[in-house]
Amino acid sequence: MQRIYVDNAATTRVSKPILKLAGDVMESMFYNPSSIYREAHEAKAKIEESRMILADILGAKSEEIFFTSGGTESDNWAIKGLAIQHEGGHIITSMVEHHAVLHVCQELEKKGYSVTYLPVDEMGMIDLQDLEKAIREDTFLITIMFANNEIGTIQPIEEIGRLARKNNIVFHTDAVQAFGKIRIDVNKLSIDMLSLSAHKIHGLKGSGALFIRKGIRIQPLLHGGGQEKKKRSGTENIVGIVTMGETAKLSYQDLEEKNNTIMMMRDYLIDEVLKTIPYARLNGDATRRLAGNVNFSFEFIEGESLLMLLEKEGILASSGSACTSGSLDPSHVLLAIGLPHEKAHGSLRISLDYEENTLEQMDHLIRVLPGIVEKLRDLSPLYEDFINGGA
Amino acid sequence: MYSEKVMDHFDHPRNAGVIQNADAVGTVGNAKCGDIMRIYLKIEDEKIKDVSFKTFGCGAAVATSSMATELVKGKSIEEALTITNKAVLDALDGLPPNKIHCSLLAEEAINAAIYNYATLNHKHYKGLREPVEDIYEDEHPHDALEI
Repeated sequence: MQRIYVDNAATTRVSKPILKLAGDVMESMFYNPSSIYREAHEAKAKIEESRMILADILGAKSEEIFFTSGGTESDNWAIKGLAIQHEGGHIITSMVEHHAVLHVCQELEKKGYSVTYLPVDEMGMIDLQDLEKAIREDTFLITIMFANNEIGTIQPIEEIGRLARKNNIVFHTDAVQAFGKIRIDVNKLSIDMLSLSAHKIHGLKGSGALFIRKGIRIQPLLHGGGQEKKKRSGTENIVGIVTMGETAKLSYQDLEEKNNTIMMMRDYLIDEVLKTIPYARLNGDATRRLAGNVNFSFEFIEGESLLMLLEKEGILASSGSACTSGSLDPSHVLLAIGLPHEKAHGSLRISLDYEENTLEQMDHLIRVLPGIVEKLRDLSPLYEDFINGGA
Repeated sequence: MYSEKVMDHFDHPRNAGVIQNADAVGTVGNAKCGDIMRIYLKIEDEKIKDVSFKTFGCGAAVATSSMATELVKGKSIEEALTITNKAVLDALDGLPPNKIHCSLLAEEAINAAIYNYATLNHKHYKGLREPVEDIYEDEHPHDALEI
């Protein structure tokens, strides 16, 4: 059976041109970029080319781009690297951040820092007044994600940046889900640090970057050979870096057109599913969300069972249920937008991609989903109680 | 991650549904934790003549419910009470470590249904325990997994 991959927020397929480029780079550019011979210089030059591409996309200077092993390292570095210089200070973040931010903040709390976790409204948006009120004398960092990985909500980044700038606070944003999908200008948005990752946009796993605005000093986490201007040691991941530049460039080509196509699929799927399946809801904002993100909750059923039945139909998706998160609690994001536990357990995330998905695939999903939900509801004591209670 | 037997019982749950005029019903778990199991029993001459289940939960929860009903069907009540979560686990060729609590829940659900029968009929059985509302507090291996 054909496999339909609709879990593109988890990771993406490496695209054909990137696969080809990766092979070429691995074959011809195994040299250590720090060495002195010509081949090494060429490898170094390729890295700088990639740095320039990322800088151009973000409206940054190339010396403001630092290569890392991915989004998690970038987030860790931005927050810890700055925190070291502000011992016991105050950080403002949100309740819906990725764990690469949340868990870092929780670690810092244990070490004596204080952290404000801003709540979000039912759409997943922070409130700018809450943010302004949370600012203290010792606040040294605001870290708010660009777009949410589960429900796709896009935060008011420009306004957050303005507030941070006005109060002389460093503003970091985890843009792992937004980079390559939304145009980002770090100057217009007053972003001081920004994390990004390659594998979410058809690049390779293990490569990412952190934009650090000139003048902002953060401590390195990795010490060693002094690569990346002594800020991030470790022999450069040439293949990851070169392919990241290329895949970023490709992602931003015809972006609006691609987004329109994805949004058309997304909205078609949302409309049809909400029309055909009772007791279903869309989580997150209808419009202020990533073009490819869909997140439903189906009442009375549990997400992992739903995913298993979907997989039998060839559909590969994800859920915010506890069983799929490996913990007792369902998604912190769904709880933060006010969903009761049982609705959070019954969530389904479908993340679409321009290169990966088609309208025909949406039709297949729309065809099989109602039967799957019904099958699980027939098995559900919650549904039984609901029906009996309602009768 | 699941054994073939688990997948089979998930794909084709045995004894799923409601028994009309059941002699006893037991429900355990809660929606907060993401698993609820309900067992229906039809009892004749101290034997489990028929059994069925309804489950809200993950694949493992459905499979353990299904297997538990298979294991107790036709057994005497006292025999049924000796069936442990280990027996359910073994019959399913095991579960991933973070799903062991599902088998505990199945054992609890059977116990709860029999408790309901005993209460309604003023009977006492060896090995019958008062049902627990929430088995998760101590039993869930989640913390161990986080190492």
